[in-house]
Amino acid sequence: MKIGAPKEIFEGENRVAMTPESAVQLIKLGHACVIETGAGAKAGFSDAVYQAAGVEVVPSAAALYETADVVVKVRGPEADEARLLRSGQTLISFFWPAQNPDLLAQVAAQGATVVAMDMVPRISRAQKMDALSSMANIAGYRAVIEAGNNFGRFFTGQVTAAGKVPPAKVLIVGAGVAGLAAIGTSVSLGAIVNAFDVRPEVAEQIESMGASFVFLEFEEKQDGAATGGYAAPSSPEFREKQLAKFRELAPEMDIVITTALIPGRPAPKLWTEDMVAMMKPGSVIVDLAAERGGNCDLTVPDQKIVTENGVTVVGYTDFPSRMAAQASTLYSNNIRHMLADLTPKKDGVIAHNMEDDVIRGATVAHAGAVTYPPPPPKVAAIAAAKPKEKVKELTPEERRAQETAAFKAQTKQQVTLLAIGGALILAAGLVTPPSFMQHFIVFVLSVFIGFQVIWNVSHSLHTPLMAVTNAISSIVILGALIQIGSSSLLITLLAALGVLMCAVNIFGGFLVTRRMLAMFQKS
Amino acid sequence: MDYGFTFAAYAVAAVLFILSLGGLSGQESAKRAVWYGIAGMALAIVATLMGPGQGLWAVSLILIALGGIVGYQLATKVQMTQMPELVAIMHSLVGLAAVFVGFNADLQISAVTGMLAGAGIDRCDPVFSAITCAEKFGQAGLFDGISSFGALIAKKTAVEITILRIELVLGIWIGAVTFTGSVIAYGKLAGKVNSAAKQLPGGHMLNAAAAIGSVVLAAMYLNDAGSWTLILLAVLALFIGYHLIMGIGGADMPVVVSMLNSYSGWAAAAIGFSLGNDLLIVVGALVGSSGAILSYIMCKAMNRSFISVILGGFGGTSGPQMEVTGEQIAIDTEGVAAALNEADSIIIIPGYGMAVAQAQQSVSELTRKLRAKGKTVRFAIHPVAGRLPGHMNVLLAEAKVPYDIVLEMDEINEDFPSTDVAIVIGSNDIVNPAAQEDPNSPIAGMPVLECWKAKQVFVSKRGQGTGYSGIENPLFYKDNTRMFYGDAKKSLDALLPLID
Repeated sequence: MKIGAPKEIFEGENRVAMTPESAVQLIKLGHACVIETGAGAKAGFSDAVYQAAGVEVVPSAAALYETADVVVKVRGPEADEARLLRSGQTLISFFWPAQNPDLLAQVAAQGATVVAMDMVPRISRAQKMDALSSMANIAGYRAVIEAGNNFGRFFTGQVTAAGKVPPAKVLIVGAGVAGLAAIGTSVSLGAIVNAFDVRPEVAEQIESMGASFVFLEFEEKQDGAATGGYAAPSSPEFREKQLAKFRELAPEMDIVITTALIPGRPAPKLWTEDMVAMMKPGSVIVDLAAERGGNCDLTVPDQKIVTENGVTVVGYTDFPSRMAAQASTLYSNNIRHMLADLTPKKDGVIAHNMEDDVIRGATVAHAGAVTYPPPPPKVAAIAAAKPKEKVKELTPEERRAQETAAFKAQTKQQVTLLAIGGALILAAGLVTPPSFMQHFIVFVLSVFIGFQVIWNVSHSLHTPLMAVTNAISSIVILGALIQIGSSSLLITLLAALGVLMCAVNIFGGFLVTRRMLAMFQKS
Repeated sequence: MDYGFTFAAYAVAAVLFILSLGGLSGQESAKRAVWYGIAGMALAIVATLMGPGQGLWAVSLILIALGGIVGYQLATKVQMTQMPELVAIMHSLVGLAAVFVGFNADLQISAVTGMLAGAGIDRCDPVFSAITCAEKFGQAGLFDGISSFGALIAKKTAVEITILRIELVLGIWIGAVTFTGSVIAYGKLAGKVNSAAKQLPGGHMLNAAAAIGSVVLAAMYLNDAGSWTLILLAVLALFIGYHLIMGIGGADMPVVVSMLNSYSGWAAAAIGFSLGNDLLIVVGALVGSSGAILSYIMCKAMNRSFISVILGGFGGTSGPQMEVTGEQIAIDTEGVAAALNEADSIIIIPGYGMAVAQAQQSVSELTRKLRAKGKTVRFAIHPVAGRLPGHMNVLLAEAKVPYDIVLEMDEINEDFPSTDVAIVIGSNDIVNPAAQEDPNSPIAGMPVLECWKAKQVFVSKRGQGTGYSGIENPLFYKDNTRMFYGDAKKSLDALLPLID
């Protein structure tokens, strides 16, 4: 099949869906590759490099749509581009089917198949084609770079001959992929980083990246697993708490990067006007949610503004495109992995397997029909957190009654055991001579001590315990030693053998135990 | 020296032994505890050698030294992975020694009665001991030249002799079972005997028949049928030991080894009774109860009754097992390395496969590298992982894995959902989700490590086969599981350079 990448016509879009590198991989899958002239120019890939990789270069978009069986793109098709799609052709790009129902209906009616990169399900197997994550990663990185560009100070604290430089304080709101990337970048630049997310389970991830989690005291907490790892809208009470916390933090923060998005909804307003007013002059806000209305009240999409009190608010929506070479490389890899899944036999033939969870989820139009929304995937992306078992609060009376009952049962059990054991021993005492009973008392007490002592042995020491007990069970050697002096040769011989074997055991057992115990060490 | 000193020494030794076992409650105190044990043993032997009536103490010392050399060689040469074999074979020595001592006691009884008969005393009132008898018949000096052990027996009345015989029958029987059982357990653990459960035709009926035969022979022996009954009884016990352990599969070896440990203790206690030696009784009882408790803990960890383990095979199931659907997805070294490089928290679950592949050093190196990168690495140890209670702890300790990151099942099971990567190295049944999900599974209800709750699970395994229990493991088919096929050591060694 022929895979073709046209030039992106969206204003300011610098990325390209196929790089010379990914083309080589696609050709290995048995496909042929074609590209519109100049498609990679803005991302730094010239036509000549493509040609060197074995990619055919065609002069116009029309020619490309004409010749390609599969069209790979970054942005969803504009109306003009959509018209060029024909029946049987496959389009792989971002599509946002929920936001573009008319476009989707039109493309489906044309008979084209559409694989939306934004609809790839969030399961482990599909991570390699998760373009949202790979782009978010870039956006997170770039957001910090943009912030640094507009921030008049160092990120890292320094003590220099010319004076002391305090470290920048950064707050990241929303610890998704972009948020985590932003945390990582700011931390490595040396800033003091705080991060917040409504999903308490990401606290660990935040801390692992070197930032501190802004902890919010709140009872009701979201289980991210139910929403495929994305955040869900929070209750008004929670929101109030959250905003109060932000107001507390606002005057201290030098840089705020907001990344909070809720799937299928406008971005939540988390950084209000009054918070911006509280910030120090020279501070920077980078709003990664600008495209969806922004997390900050003052955000103007696609623009950088400076407020009256000197706070810069960056509302760019094209962060990945601003790093076109990197973004194109990663995005084209996502596309390549998707095509690899679509070409299971690596023979250059696309097999559109609608039974496959990933392919089914991402396909929004197929065989003339709209196939969005997909059925829920067969596997949950993340194991659901178990609802906490509610332990019934017992009243003091109930608890006391329970304890008394348990105590009674225990007493009954112990008394029964003691009675039976005692009776047995007494019965034995009736028929056996006192010399036996003397030893028997010792035996019973020893078993008792053994049971008391062994329960305390820690699990990890069970092997040494066995080696030690093995060594000391060689106490049988005493028997052999007593007998060895016998007048009978046979007895002496057997006893001598016994002594020898026990000696092996004593030395072997204790030495090996010592060897084992010497190995146990604390870190 | 007289008896007083010996008994005092025994009392001190007994206290030392108890302290020695009690000290094993913690890693640090254990290092001191082993010295208590050594001191106790030394004291007991010295006291016995210096005690009354011990003739050949030079010979004894030479024998002990010889045994010491052999023991030293064994203990220093053994690989930590071979620890289960060593413990098993050492149990067999105690068992055999107990058998010998028991036979000696019988020979001595025969010798005493023989001396009486030789002196023409054949009608003696059972309430009198042999010495009193001889005195009554005017031959007070008959037993003057006899050894101290002989004198001990000669002082016993007929009833006491009968009890003595019961005790020595028990000692010989348990000792013989321990001996062959331990030898077979050793063979299975060392791979010299096929570890699969195997029985002669007739199965447990043979064991039962041998046990009944033993009881009959014991009764005959007590009725003075002669020493041949005792020999035959020992042979039957040897057979039971052999056949019983042959019928138990490799996976149940932790229970078997601790059970044999317990038996060697009871044998020592029985011998202690017949010799009238309290120290033997004390130590035998301590060892016996220790082994019994260990067996109990192991059985509980497998959710099986002791009887069902000993009788071999798994308990009955009530219906067809759940079908396992899906496929096992393999992953290459690069994939594992990438996931590990990204992960923050990692839990490693070692099993017998790690011991077989001798991979503990590689595991340790991997742990060291991952920890150096600031990742949380912990170990989850199932109580029955390996072939010996605590087997994995010892192997990891040998490889210098700090023991405070090695956790028990109960301590770590709750942490799996918040773990990025769980690595299963050579374990199977102890991570089988069927134990919780499938009520018809043979291991249903057995507590398992819930590693499948981690975000990703890698299973290092030699091939697609099932574990010792032969049960299909649904873990391998789970969506977040990737199979990392190959010898554990080789796989890990290939993985190490990729972690950076």
